[in-house]
Amino acid sequence: MKKYIISSVLLLIPVLLFSQTNLKGMIMDKNNPKDNRGIYGANVRWLHTNIGAVTNEKGWFSIPYNPEHKKLVISYIGYKTDTITITSLKPIHHFINEESGLSEITITSRKKATQKSFFATVNVFTVNSDELLKAACCNLAESFETNPSIDVSFSDALTGTKQIQMLGLTSPYLLITQENIPSVRGASQAFGLTFTPGTWVESIQITKGAGSVVNGYESIAGQINAELVKPFSDNKFFLNAYSSLNGRLELNTHFNQRISKKWQTGLYVHGNYRGEKFDKNNDNFLDAPLANQINVMNRWQYTDAEKGWVSFINFRFLNDEKQTGEIDFSPTLDKGTTNAWGSEIDTKRFETSAKLGYVFPELPFQSIGFQIAYSNHEQDSYFGLNIYDIQHKSVYSNLIFNSIIGDTRNKFKTGISFTYDKYDELVNATDFGRKENSVGTFFEYAFDNLDNFSFTAGLRLDTHNLIGTFVTPRLHMRYVPWKKGVFRASVGRGKRSANIFAENQQLFASSRQINIDNAGGTIYGLNPEIAWNCGASYLQKFNLFDKKGDITFDFYRTDFSNRVVVDWENPQAISFYDLEGKSVANNLQIEVNYEIAKNLNFRTAYKYFDVSTDYKRGNLQKAIQPENRFFANISYETALKENDAQWKFDVTFNNIGKQRLPNTASNPVKYQFSEYVDSYQLLNSQVTKVFSKKFEVYFGAENITNVKQKNPILASEAPFGSNFDTTIVYSPIFGRAIYTGLRFKIK
Amino acid sequence: MKKIIFIFSLLLIGFSAQAQTKEVKKNKNAKISFEVDGICGMCKKRIETAALKTKGVKFAIWNVKTHQLNVIMDERKTNVAVIQSNILKVGHDIIGFDDKKLEATKDAYSSVHPCCKYRDEEIVLDHEGELIKQKKQ
Repeated sequence: MKKYIISSVLLLIPVLLFSQTNLKGMIMDKNNPKDNRGIYGANVRWLHTNIGAVTNEKGWFSIPYNPEHKKLVISYIGYKTDTITITSLKPIHHFINEESGLSEITITSRKKATQKSFFATVNVFTVNSDELLKAACCNLAESFETNPSIDVSFSDALTGTKQIQMLGLTSPYLLITQENIPSVRGASQAFGLTFTPGTWVESIQITKGAGSVVNGYESIAGQINAELVKPFSDNKFFLNAYSSLNGRLELNTHFNQRISKKWQTGLYVHGNYRGEKFDKNNDNFLDAPLANQINVMNRWQYTDAEKGWVSFINFRFLNDEKQTGEIDFSPTLDKGTTNAWGSEIDTKRFETSAKLGYVFPELPFQSIGFQIAYSNHEQDSYFGLNIYDIQHKSVYSNLIFNSIIGDTRNKFKTGISFTYDKYDELVNATDFGRKENSVGTFFEYAFDNLDNFSFTAGLRLDTHNLIGTFVTPRLHMRYVPWKKGVFRASVGRGKRSANIFAENQQLFASSRQINIDNAGGTIYGLNPEIAWNCGASYLQKFNLFDKKGDITFDFYRTDFSNRVVVDWENPQAISFYDLEGKSVANNLQIEVNYEIAKNLNFRTAYKYFDVSTDYKRGNLQKAIQPENRFFANISYETALKENDAQWKFDVTFNNIGKQRLPNTASNPVKYQFSEYVDSYQLLNSQVTKVFSKKFEVYFGAENITNVKQKNPILASEAPFGSNFDTTIVYSPIFGRAIYTGLRFKIK
Repeated sequence: MKKIIFIFSLLLIGFSAQAQTKEVKKNKNAKISFEVDGICGMCKKRIETAALKTKGVKFAIWNVKTHQLNVIMDERKTNVAVIQSNILKVGHDIIGFDDKKLEATKDAYSSVHPCCKYRDEEIVLDHEGELIKQKKQ
């Protein structure tokens, strides 16, 4: 009997020991690590068991331990639930994160308004809202004035719409996305950039060269992505009012509201109006169109950090009306007649998009994203007797899966995308309607050795109903040869179908005859444009006289295998034809950024462009494209006072070099341009007075030296005659523009 | 009585035997967390790289403020001890709760950049000053 008892007791001992063995630990708030404050009432529990404990006032807990138990679940209301592996009885010391850990404050030095990333594999730089505020950028097209990589030019004398260029190629060759959803394309190509108000833009990422395969196959010269303000992080209320001496009035308001713990919504309203008629150059034509735009966007943001879901839903409506032409033109009386020459461009656009992202809570390196967007763009317009109507319905969707191979040094993205575009396009009496759709799949692998070398290699395969099945390869690499120096190179292919009319709408405001040299292709009888882009970039950061600076050398070359040549070389006609021969765009850029003194920043850039194409009459440099450009920007801010008051000053100088003009030799002498125009200089400046965190006023002037093109409209006295042409615009038309505005915000 | 005790004992034996034979399931994505000493972004890179270069480690993130290193690893391929030894090799101490340190060897410690000498209080204080300065801006 005794024996039994002893043995039983012996057997029991380990059990008793076990039950008495406790794991101790302390749970603390990650946000208050300094004062070591424990969390009272946090739950601690072994995974898949009912064994649990609660922390005391000091954050301490003690929980029965058993080697079988490996995983400890720590939870507390309002905090992220953590599961940690316990391998020994050593007391643990664990910090838990607030649920809104996504917005965890990271300590950084003052962010520069433009950031060139040192670590990104692709040659990308980010322009944040501070930079955008340097010029009263009223819309996306105007937000690049202080940025040397993007050139702003004017597309025509009529609408004065600003067009942007990168690497010597105009915006159709750039992939312009809004939060990574392609946005300015198809029918909205000409005016699309003016449809995004500047105050809606939170930041812009500019990628030079071949982009990522994730967003599609269309980008050739680069990608511009605009991130819009988010209901979650934007001000509760924002107001921006702007008025300019050239009769332009603008109003922007933002309202952001938290609906619940997880839902935020924002309503953004933009309106601009220009009702005054100006004809400063006395050509009997309006210098700037009468305009009227209402632009409304409603965003919904859903964030559930605990479960890993993030979602955005957008609705947007735009109504844009422009009227231009002769001063006395009255749409109701003169439309469709030759009484007076006039033009109206009315655009209605509706778009909606949704994004859904899921980050695996246990696997922060793995996520799935889904994007879907629908837009309906309707433009009704006439230019004198030319009628141009286009309706473009578009569906875009993209499913992306992100994960790793082995560890986070090897990442990949893969997915499938689907696009659908339906165009109803009417040019005078000719119907150019068509449907385009494509299905594609992509895979992008990114390697990073965590030190000095990384690369991204992407490949996509698409099947398009009109341009066939094709592959799009893209490769980017980054190498750090020595301290603060980074070398990047990229190569990639892009393919797109040109929307010849939408992209060249200015042609309608001329008496040019439209010729399409049908090559038996599937879009307007033309073949898709295909180009290879390759480039290299070297960035060196330095310290000179104890001040930071950087210098960048970029060289990019775009080589077209096929291009739809837009031939303006005959003043009586415009011809579209497939490239026969060569079309190359070379671009060299040297940029220097330097902080001369505290809060005094200097940026300068020299750019060289060599853009030539084999036209029918021979190889020519691209018309209205300066070979040399020089850019300089100085910005200064006074030190911040206690109430955040300060002054900000900004000056931008541009030297636009000699430009070749399209051939006008066959015109009567009166309507001829010289072969080249001389270089000219532009100067813009803005002063901002910040009164407090809530209120600021700005005042500025564009084109201070009042540079104007003498006769932007050829044969303006005979607009229905055979020499009328508004397309040859190589410098500003309007002259000096002075503006002022205010910004008011409530956090 | 005898019988009862016997049965009871048997039951217990069975229980503990079962506990011993039951294999611990190895987790493909095990989350572990421990404290590593260090000061700055440079340390962060060194610590995370050392962790990540351990075969089986998928993800590593070290917090400059809290000194916590969070790792996701494949338990079939590695374990905490291996990761810790790799971190010690690059010169960073691992701190247990009651200040029980797993110290890096002198040789390893001497390999860290002079600005990362976390054992030197002056250097640590220096960094804290910088943090405060940056915070203000």
